[in-house]
Amino acid sequence: MSASLAVESNTSPGDPASPVVAVNGLTKRFGDIEAVTGISFSVAAGETFGFLGPNGAGKSTTINMLCTLLRPTSGTAMVAGHDVVSHAAQVRRNIGLVFQDPTVDTYLTALENLRFHAELYGLDRRRFAVRARQLLEMVELWDRRDHLVRTFSGGMRRRLEIARGLLHAPRVLFLDEPTIGLDPQTRAHIWSYVDQLRASERTTIFLTTHHLDEAENCDRIAIIDRGRIVVDDSPRVLKDRIGEDRVDMHTSDDPAAAGALRDRFGITATPTREGLTFTVAGGEEFVPTLVTGLGVRVLMVRVARPTLDDVFMTHTGHTIRDSEGDGGGGDFATAVRARMGRR
Amino acid sequence: MTGLPAEVRTPSPVRAPSPVRGELRGIRVVWERELIRFLRNRLRIATSLAQPVLFLFVLGTGLTRITGTIAGFDFRTFIFPGIVAMTVMFTAIFSAVSIVWDREFGFLREMLVAPISRPALLLGKILGGATVATLQGVLMLAFAGAVHVPYAPPLLLTLIGEMALAAVMVTAIGVLIASAVTQMEAFQAVLQFVAMPMFFLSGALFPLTGIPGWLAVLTRLDPLTYAVDPMRRAVLAHLPFPHAAATRLAPGITWGSWTLGTGAELAVLALIAIAALLGAVVRFRRAE
Repeated sequence: MSASLAVESNTSPGDPASPVVAVNGLTKRFGDIEAVTGISFSVAAGETFGFLGPNGAGKSTTINMLCTLLRPTSGTAMVAGHDVVSHAAQVRRNIGLVFQDPTVDTYLTALENLRFHAELYGLDRRRFAVRARQLLEMVELWDRRDHLVRTFSGGMRRRLEIARGLLHAPRVLFLDEPTIGLDPQTRAHIWSYVDQLRASERTTIFLTTHHLDEAENCDRIAIIDRGRIVVDDSPRVLKDRIGEDRVDMHTSDDPAAAGALRDRFGITATPTREGLTFTVAGGEEFVPTLVTGLGVRVLMVRVARPTLDDVFMTHTGHTIRDSEGDGGGGDFATAVRARMGRR
Repeated sequence: MTGLPAEVRTPSPVRAPSPVRGELRGIRVVWERELIRFLRNRLRIATSLAQPVLFLFVLGTGLTRITGTIAGFDFRTFIFPGIVAMTVMFTAIFSAVSIVWDREFGFLREMLVAPISRPALLLGKILGGATVATLQGVLMLAFAGAVHVPYAPPLLLTLIGEMALAAVMVTAIGVLIASAVTQMEAFQAVLQFVAMPMFFLSGALFPLTGIPGWLAVLTRLDPLTYAVDPMRRAVLAHLPFPHAAATRLAPGITWGSWTLGTGAELAVLALIAIAALLGAVVRFRRAE
């Protein structure tokens, strides 16, 4: 980092004490609708931080504000030590972005896309050649560097965008739904790049997702629902804090079983496609009591440690998939569910 | 470790370049992108020539039958400068359309989050579109010989300069329009209601003398008029041709009793270009 840039930012890069992203009371209103409602959080250097929430929860709106593309209605956000409103140019220089929708130029080659990015960001030309090669090799596109991006598959385009987002060695890489619309194999690849980055460059990663398994990969997640952050901690702590395990069961008479659960154990069960589901502390120890004491013949019972979906349910009162259904996600949400179901 | 070697990883390759240099690099790369995209799309270059060629050789040849020879020369010679201006205008408008295209297909965002100012991005875009439009106009100039216009270097240089100025102006207008249009469908309408009237009212196909008052007013409101007239004057000046006839066919544009000369016409083009650029900058700022 050059001297002049260090003067502009009072925080030294890589200082673990100063957060790379610091957000305070950030709000965005579109007309009457409040898309983001006074959220506050911070992300430490080198951390992989995930925003988990259904479509329409305010994830992309937040990212757009942090990337200086949207002006907040109120509140403040500092990225890499600079205010996103008053020092947008310094923020832009320090962030890399991979959007939900592809933003590579399909009429250019892969290498040209990177070169244009390098010019826009004022990279040193000699260093560019070295770094472009490293990154294209990482995302396994070096052999295709002189091919037009039009000929690339969706997964290849996303990989190219990740390489491009890293070209100028940003302090924070923003990934907005990085694996949306990709097949499982490509998703795994993308996560392996992210892991490489964490190991080698200590890049801070800020990602949004509505995939629970992707949120599991984060050091810390914030659950966002209807424009508010409901909880913010490491996935492990969040799951441990619930304390109760999830029990799925199927009986010879599910409505009767639900009544018995309520009357004999004081447990409220909800019907599912395969039977009933409920949560209880010490689920595995509860199974023998359940089978002998329910009074209805148990055909199947399964106990699972809490998942992030349970965390989501506990804090919002609904599952992440439910909220996509009534959140006006429409065909898109259905398509996402279909895709998730296929796995 | 499979990661990146230390040499490329630790020092940030992003320098904080001098602001002016950074902006100039930004302008250049946006300009270069337009050029690469144009040169790579041979089909577009060829199809963009179809319309002016039809106007010049089919409409022009057909109309020569009724107009006969005007003051002893071919009707096609008369419309040639207008047709070249039309080629430039349509190409420039289509280049500006690509902003709407970029918005829809995302590349605009890549540019908008880069540490480059909005004016620099728009300037690069306008210069790129104008270069492409001028190149397309130069291809059209190749037909000069077929309509008895000499390939005199001073004439060609004058025409190219005037084309370039007209191209900057039209691209700037196109970018201003694109800043207000967010859908491709709407842009089709803009083409019909902006590009076509611009062409027909520019005097590309008829002299601006002796036309009814209402039409005279409309022609003077058309920015392209101020490009066609000086180009035609330049062409006529290079033909062996009585001076009186030349002034009748390229009389200069009148505002009331004042007749604008070539200099004033080119100044009008430049002023409109600057106004459109400023308007576009304001609109792109407000869009956020």
